[in-house]
Amino acid sequence: MNTPVADAAVAAAEFDPRLDGQRLMKDWYAQLDTANERNAPVANVFVMGNAIEILRAFDFELVFPEINSLQTGVRKASEEYIQLSEDYGMSPDVCSYVKADVGLILKENRHPAGRIPKASLAVASNMCGTFIKWAEIWERWLKTPTFVLDLPGQRCAGWQVRPGDAQHAADARWVEAQFQDLIAKCEKITGRKFDMDKLAEVEERVNQMVHHWNNVMALNRVCPAPYNAMLDGLTFIGIMNVYRGAPEGVEFMRKLEEHLKAKVARGEGRVAEERFRLLFSGTPCYVSMRRLVELFETWGGVFAYSDYLTFAAGGMDAAELTYDTSRPLESLAEVTALAAQRGLSNQFFAHERLARQIRDYAVDGVVFHGIKSCRFVSSGMADTREFISRRLDVPTLYIESDLIDPRYWSDAQIKNRVDAFFEALHQRGGGPVNRKAAETER
Amino acid sequence: MKYTAGVDVGSTQTKAIIIDEERRIVGRALLDMETSMVTVAQDAFRAALDNAGIHEADVAYVAGTGYGRYKVTFGREQVTEISCHARGAVTLFPGTRTVIDIGGQDTKAIRVGADGQVQDFTMNDKCAAGTGRFLGAASFALEMPLSELGPLALKSRNPVRITTTCTVFAESEIISHLAKGILPEDVLMGVHQAITSRCVSLARRVGIEAEVTFTGGVSRNVAMVKLLEQELGMRINVSQDAHFCGALGAALFAHDRVFGNQEPAAEAAEEVA
Repeated sequence: MNTPVADAAVAAAEFDPRLDGQRLMKDWYAQLDTANERNAPVANVFVMGNAIEILRAFDFELVFPEINSLQTGVRKASEEYIQLSEDYGMSPDVCSYVKADVGLILKENRHPAGRIPKASLAVASNMCGTFIKWAEIWERWLKTPTFVLDLPGQRCAGWQVRPGDAQHAADARWVEAQFQDLIAKCEKITGRKFDMDKLAEVEERVNQMVHHWNNVMALNRVCPAPYNAMLDGLTFIGIMNVYRGAPEGVEFMRKLEEHLKAKVARGEGRVAEERFRLLFSGTPCYVSMRRLVELFETWGGVFAYSDYLTFAAGGMDAAELTYDTSRPLESLAEVTALAAQRGLSNQFFAHERLARQIRDYAVDGVVFHGIKSCRFVSSGMADTREFISRRLDVPTLYIESDLIDPRYWSDAQIKNRVDAFFEALHQRGGGPVNRKAAETER
Repeated sequence: MKYTAGVDVGSTQTKAIIIDEERRIVGRALLDMETSMVTVAQDAFRAALDNAGIHEADVAYVAGTGYGRYKVTFGREQVTEISCHARGAVTLFPGTRTVIDIGGQDTKAIRVGADGQVQDFTMNDKCAAGTGRFLGAASFALEMPLSELGPLALKSRNPVRITTTCTVFAESEIISHLAKGILPEDVLMGVHQAITSRCVSLARRVGIEAEVTFTGGVSRNVAMVKLLEQELGMRINVSQDAHFCGALGAALFAHDRVFGNQEPAAEAAEEVA
C-alpha cells in the first residue's frame, strides 16, 4: 500500500507542467470556439484590472485578447495578423497586440487556436491607456458594450498606498461603486441575479491559486532553479490568468507546486549546469522567447525570476492580494485598488522591487527587454538599469525587440549582445556572490 | 617563438592582427569585404602572416571576432567585438575607461575596468543611424572617397543640420541640400555632427569616464575625432591601430589561452545559422 507521501510523489511525477498547461489552454480555446453556439455570455477582459471574479460569478466565458495576440506570436502566425491591420491602415508604431487583434477581426475571428467568440461585454481599465482605445475598436466595429473601470493610480513619487490606510479605503470605495455598476450591467446582459456566495467561491479558488503561485515563485530561489521563469514561467502565468478562480486553475497550481518541490528535492535544475542566475525585467518577446531563452541557456544562464510574473499574474504583489471571502465585494474592491496602485506606480518603485528580487533569487545579472511597439512599458528602464548596475554593481543587459512582431527580432544583433554580456560575467568570475546562500537554502 | 592571432570580420572590412609572446603587434592586414566572409577571413589572416613574415604553423591560436566571427572557420574561439574592443583599447591606452567604437554598421560605447573587463555597454539598435554607414551614404551622394570626407568637412563654416535619423533617407537629404547650392563641406559637417550627436548620446547612457578611446574604422576620420572631442569636452585617445582594435583584442584573448592558461569564455556559444 502506498503512503500519502509516495502517492503525492507519483502524482507529481505524472504531471507535466508544459503538456498539462498546453492541454488546459487547448481546452479553453475549445470552449471559446463553441461559446456563441451555446449562447454563453462572453466577456473580453485584459490581464490587469479586469474584475474577472465578478464575471465568473455570472458564468461569463472569458476572452483575453492580449493572450490571443501573444498566442499568434507563440504559434508563429503573428506577422500575418499584424500585416492585415497595417494593410488596413494601422501604423507600425501601434501596439502589436492591438494590431494582431485587429487582424483577427479582419479574419472574421479565425485564430490559429480556434474561433474567438463575439463578446457580449468588454471590461477595460486605465491600467494601460491602450486598453481603452482597444475597447473602442470593438465598440465601433463589433458593437461590443464596454465597461471601463477607472482605477486610482499613483499620486506622487516616493509614496505609495498601503493596505488599510485612508487613501486605500477611499480608493476601494470608489472601485466598489464601479463594481456595483458592473454587476448591474452583467445582470442585464445575462438575465441573472448576482450571487454573492458564488463570488466568494471564486475568490476562495483565487486565494488557493495565489497561495500555490507564491510557493512556486519561491521555489526558484534555490540553486539550481527548477524552472526557467521566462519559458516555463510563461506557461504558468497563462494558466494563472485564463483559469483564475476556476477549479482547473487551482488543481494545476497545486500539482505544479508538488511537481517543482519534487524537482527541488532531487536537486534537478532547468539546465544541466546552472552557471548564471538571471532576472528578466520587462515584457516577453513571445514570438522569439524560445530562441531568446536558448541564447541564455547555451551559456548556462537561467532566468530564475522575472518581474513580468508579478505584474501580469492578475495583480502586482500577489503575496498581499488575497481575498477576505466573508465580505467578497468589499475585499475584491480593496485588492483591485491595491493591485492597480502597484501596477500604475511600478515605475516609481521598480528599483526597490528589483533590488529585493536580485537578493531573493541570488541573481548574477538583470536583463531588460524593451518593447518596440510599446514605449510606455519600456520607459523608466534606463533609470532602473543605471541604478542596478551602478549602485548595486549587478551587471545588466538591455535588449530590444517586440511582444509579437517578428520584424523587430534581429537574431545576430541580439546574440551579439547576449554573448558579450556573458563574456563580461565570465570575466567577473562567474557565479553569484551569494550562490552559497542559494545552495544552502535548498 | 609562438604567435597568436585575432581576425575581426566586420560588416565592411576584415582586419587581422598577429602578436608575439610579448603581446607586440608583428603583423596586420585589412581587407574590404569583396568576397565571402570565410574567404576574406582566410585572406586577411594570410596577409597578416605575410606582413609578419611568419608561417601559419607558427601561430598557436586564432580567435575570431566581429559579426562574422563564426566565419573564421580556422579560429579556435569566438569572442564578441564588444569584449575585444574593450581589451584592445585598454592595451593600447591603459588609462581607458570608456571606449567609443564606430564601425561600418555598429556604434558602441563600452565602459571598462582597468583590466579591460567590460562593465557596461550599449549599441545602436536595429538602425545604422550614427554609424559609418551614414558616412558611406554621404560618400556615395558626393561621389567622394571616404578618406576625403573628414578633411573636407573641417573646411566648413556654415554646417547644415541633417535632421533625418534614417541612413537611407540621409542620402536624399544630402542630395537635396547640394541641389540647393549648399557647399559640400557644409553638408558634410552636418553629417559628421549628426553622427557625433548620436554617438555621444549612446556613450552617455553607459556613463562617460576619462580616458575615452576611439576605435573602429571611423576613428581614422579627422573630423569625427575633432567633433567627438568638442562634444565630450576632453581629449580622446586614437591609436594608429584603432581600426585594428577588435582584432587586437581577439589576438590578446588568444594569447591568454596559450600563455595565460585561461578557460575560453565563449566555449558554450554556438553559431547563428
